Amino acid sequence: MREPDTILPSAKLQARDEGRLRVFWRRYRRNRAAVLGLVLLGVIILMALTAGLIEPDDPLRRAGEPLTWPFQDWSVPLGTDQLGRDILAGIFHGARISLLIGVVATLIAIGIGIVVGSIAGYFGGWVDDVLMRVTEAVQTVPNFVLLLALVAILGPSIDNIILAVGIVSWTAPARLVRAEFMSLRSREFVEAVRNLGLGDTAIIFKEILPNALPPVIVFASIVMAVSILLESALAFLGLGDPNYASWGNMIGQGRNVLRTAWYCAAIPGIAILLTVLSFSLLGEGLNEALNPRQKKG
Amino acid sequence: MSEDAADRPILEIEGLRIALPPGADRPLALEGLDLTVRAGEIVCLVGESGSGKSLAAGAVMRLLPEPAVRMTGGTIHFEGQDLAKLSERQMRQIRGDRIGMIFQEPMTALNPQKTVGWQIDEVLKLHTDLRRKARRTRAIELLEHVHIPDPASTVNAYPHQVSGGQRQRVMIAMALALQPKLVIADEPTTALDVTTQLQILKLIRELQEEMGSGILFITHDFGVVAEIADRVAVLREGVLVEQGSATEVLNRPRHAYTRALIASVPALEPPPAKALDAAPVVLEVEGLIKTFAARGGFFSGRRQAVKAVDDVSFALRRGETLGVVGESGSGKTTVSRCVTRLIEADDGRVVIDGDDILEASRARLRAMRRDVQMVFQDPMASLNPRKRVVDLIAQGPIVHGTPRAQARERARELLELVELSPAAADRYPHEFSGGQRQRIGIARALALEPKILVADEPVSALDVSVQAQVLRLLADLRDRLHLSLLFVTHDLRVAAQLCDRVAVMEKGRIVEIGPTAKLFGAPEHGYTKKLLASIPGRDWTPPVLEGEDAA
Amino acid sequence: MKLLRYGLRRLLQAVPVILLITVGTFLLLQLAPGDTVDALVGDMGGADAQFIARLRAEYGLDQPVWVQLWRYMLKLFQFDFGWSFVYEQPVSAVLMDRLGVTLLLMATSLFFAFTIGVALGAIAARRAYSLTDNVISTLGLVFYSTPSFFLGLMMIVLFSVKLGWLPAGGIETIAAFYSGLDYVIDVALHLVMPTAALSLIYLALYLRLMRASVLETAEQDYVRTARAKGAGETRLMFHHIMRNALLPVVTLLGLQFSTVLGGSVVVETIFTIPGLGQLAYQSVVQRDMNTLMGIIFLSAVVVLVVNFLTDLVYARLDSRIELR
Repeated sequence: MREPDTILPSAKLQARDEGRLRVFWRRYRRNRAAVLGLVLLGVIILMALTAGLIEPDDPLRRAGEPLTWPFQDWSVPLGTDQLGRDILAGIFHGARISLLIGVVATLIAIGIGIVVGSIAGYFGGWVDDVLMRVTEAVQTVPNFVLLLALVAILGPSIDNIILAVGIVSWTAPARLVRAEFMSLRSREFVEAVRNLGLGDTAIIFKEILPNALPPVIVFASIVMAVSILLESALAFLGLGDPNYASWGNMIGQGRNVLRTAWYCAAIPGIAILLTVLSFSLLGEGLNEALNPRQKKG
Repeated sequence: MSEDAADRPILEIEGLRIALPPGADRPLALEGLDLTVRAGEIVCLVGESGSGKSLAAGAVMRLLPEPAVRMTGGTIHFEGQDLAKLSERQMRQIRGDRIGMIFQEPMTALNPQKTVGWQIDEVLKLHTDLRRKARRTRAIELLEHVHIPDPASTVNAYPHQVSGGQRQRVMIAMALALQPKLVIADEPTTALDVTTQLQILKLIRELQEEMGSGILFITHDFGVVAEIADRVAVLREGVLVEQGSATEVLNRPRHAYTRALIASVPALEPPPAKALDAAPVVLEVEGLIKTFAARGGFFSGRRQAVKAVDDVSFALRRGETLGVVGESGSGKTTVSRCVTRLIEADDGRVVIDGDDILEASRARLRAMRRDVQMVFQDPMASLNPRKRVVDLIAQGPIVHGTPRAQARERARELLELVELSPAAADRYPHEFSGGQRQRIGIARALALEPKILVADEPVSALDVSVQAQVLRLLADLRDRLHLSLLFVTHDLRVAAQLCDRVAVMEKGRIVEIGPTAKLFGAPEHGYTKKLLASIPGRDWTPPVLEGEDAA
Repeated sequence: MKLLRYGLRRLLQAVPVILLITVGTFLLLQLAPGDTVDALVGDMGGADAQFIARLRAEYGLDQPVWVQLWRYMLKLFQFDFGWSFVYEQPVSAVLMDRLGVTLLLMATSLFFAFTIGVALGAIAARRAYSLTDNVISTLGLVFYSTPSFFLGLMMIVLFSVKLGWLPAGGIETIAAFYSGLDYVIDVALHLVMPTAALSLIYLALYLRLMRASVLETAEQDYVRTARAKGAGETRLMFHHIMRNALLPVVTLLGLQFSTVLGGSVVVETIFTIPGLGQLAYQSVVQRDMNTLMGIIFLSAVVVLVVNFLTDLVYARLDSRIELR
């Protein structure tokens, strides 16, 4: 068989003179929504970094008259909840928790996923069978119910919550990595290095994994979004770590005064929405930048 | 065929220009193409990849991927009608009815979710007033017409349930269902095995003579041209360089590019036999067996076991090239993977330097791998896209303990050996063309200074001119470095040019093995005879063109 | 007949998964602080050490772990999940009481998410990069990012508190004693908001996937073939693109089902719907581990059944699957 007539070798020609990062950025920039996502994420990171400036001590302390509506009292611009806690401070400190959970839980989930998926996909056979049955079993249990059970058993400290979120989220990355490995392991470049005498470990981590990573990185942004959603749902139900200001927790508290002061739930809700949205947009941008097959018509 | 239909061309293309999107390697895919197709003739449009030949077909059908690729000049008249002036609705009435089209890849060109009958029926439904029952009868007749055995049951089959050759017959039945005046065939036999290819070419010829249609036949293969063409037009990077009758262009090409292309077509004349009987045997294969068992583990469905390699034995001497030829599924690739122990054989011996590689321990196997290196088929897939060329080549020696700096130094030397600039060392594989990538692959294989080179279809993904260069490089390196070459190929022309001996494989077995000249001159086994008889253009000997340098 | 055998084979594949889940729930129970006897004693308000030891022996808790595991598995396969000390009933009775409501919520949510998502995705792809597409795709992204509990609360504020159109919670109007069509309408009204809250995220997911899938399918060779046969755009869409494009979406439907079931915990809690999700939440709060494990096992079985059904649908849709 022959190569089809190639009529769009643009990426090929331009890549020659530019660094990979610059090519990446040029492709990423093409998607305006993805740039918006990046800006949003930047704002959220900034909020997390400056949370100490807004409220150096405890965001859970009483800061003003309870149930002050937003834009009434400029010492608490976004108002206060029923215990007089400053909502703005809660939002800034909550950004820390959400990002922390998002990043660490995703690292755990992707880490387990890569190990399980690469071993299953590379070796195949009974190893694959066993690992995939385990993956299916975990995936079959509704993730949030499993999360509840783990937190109930381990106790609701922030470390345990992060760990539990990671544990319930690894299955999808594992399947993705497995699929990538299965398609890559039979590629000729893998046969070529095996024929050079390279061992399995080196082939898995040095040859195949770098090629399998782009879709995994794209997927990581989705895992991050889901992790944040899982934690906030947990906190919303009052099962999170009570010692930290968390957006989910704020919404859960706001639920009690929903009829009179709905802003208490709405403001942190919008914060979660925008954070998750920023990760989704980031994922789309990464996808287009890292897998340039999909061209825009 | 009526008289006046023959007078006026069915298809007249004048000054066709097609623009490519900004950022492509050239602004115009086609620059002023003039081409006519008359009733009852087959016009071959020949060109290498990227020549724009397929886009010409797209333009006639008005199926270009607009707006990225669009027609910017020229006219296309079909039966005297200017196609550009027709509405989309009128154009739809022409497509499939008066212009039929056959595509390259019959597997992907048929809808996997619809039966063969449904897909033929669709053409009839769109363009005729036939009732359901009549259409079905007609579909079965059409299948019969393209010589599909048991058409009454094939009509209910899904595309994946019939063989590749049959699928292409279905495509043809569909394209010719309404006896179109013009048929466009875009590389219709490229994806097929050589014996199937010949049958399909004959079928196209037969139906065309019967219906008197004109055929625009797009191909890259001069063998196919020699087999089927009445007239030939040669395309190079969007420019028509030569046009004329088939005999004229094939035997007395005028333009330098055509001459170079034709000079690159391997002649079916084996090289003079070398005296190799005295040379030592470096590789001995005995009773090799490989069965692919039911795929998957305990819980997935079982498939029929396939005996891919069935009791294969041969020996390879120092400096010798042994060709392993066969069609897809013959087991030739599996032999190459078993010999290098990239897949584990079930039984047999593969002796290199007195040691059986199949029995070797892990450590011994690693050491033995130095002696047997491979060159792969797909120059895109065989190089890790994330590594620089120098690291790709130096990787083998580094794995085997050569100091990093020394291995890299050597890698740069090897680049020169395969006729690439040393500047290539710091680039990534995607920056190179297919032929250049294949040279990098060869350099990588040579880095370990092997005794035996196993080449699995190393030139089948390359354009014919590039193919000739890579073959010459391989032959040259073999002679200079006293390599033994196990050369797996489906292309008998290539085998004839390069190999000292040839083994013909069918269904996992070697049916005939012998010196190339003898095997090509006086084949003994029926399958060998059939293979040789199927080589497209076997009766055409590419002319020896004086003073031409094919490079 | 073929389909039946295919189905049986797929069922067989679920056996090891079920076994692994039972082992998993057993391990979780072992990890949890306190055991049945602790709960029992706590329920009785305390007992002396000798009595506790006798109880332990009676419940087999003095046996080696693997014997306990074996007994536990035997019990699970008879749908015996032990005793709920909170509800003073066998766990299985509590679960069965609530399964129906959850299944109703699941079914309606997935139905709307799937049909609307697929339709919008197909429309967006048909007009790719147009205004329609941009609006649909942007909405999809926003829906995809909206936490169900936030959406639920805001709907309550708007439709129940401010407008008073819809009931804020429950599955039916208590003490109204509707019957017949009135009852159906009453339940449907109660389900509107929970269904919307639960389905929106999945609607967005199917929308995005369907859009991408249609765009990809439209590039396939066989679509080009159909064009070359003279087929019009509508025909291409319905006969050549849709069915092929649906395949990955159907696969996702099966894969996502367990997540939807997880999502019902939050939604049922907000809207006080007496289903499995709310039960899961309550059993965590009340530390009723037997019930929680029962829910895990039961929902796993439900997910496996649904996966099995989607497999059958997939096999029907994709002619390439050999039903052997």
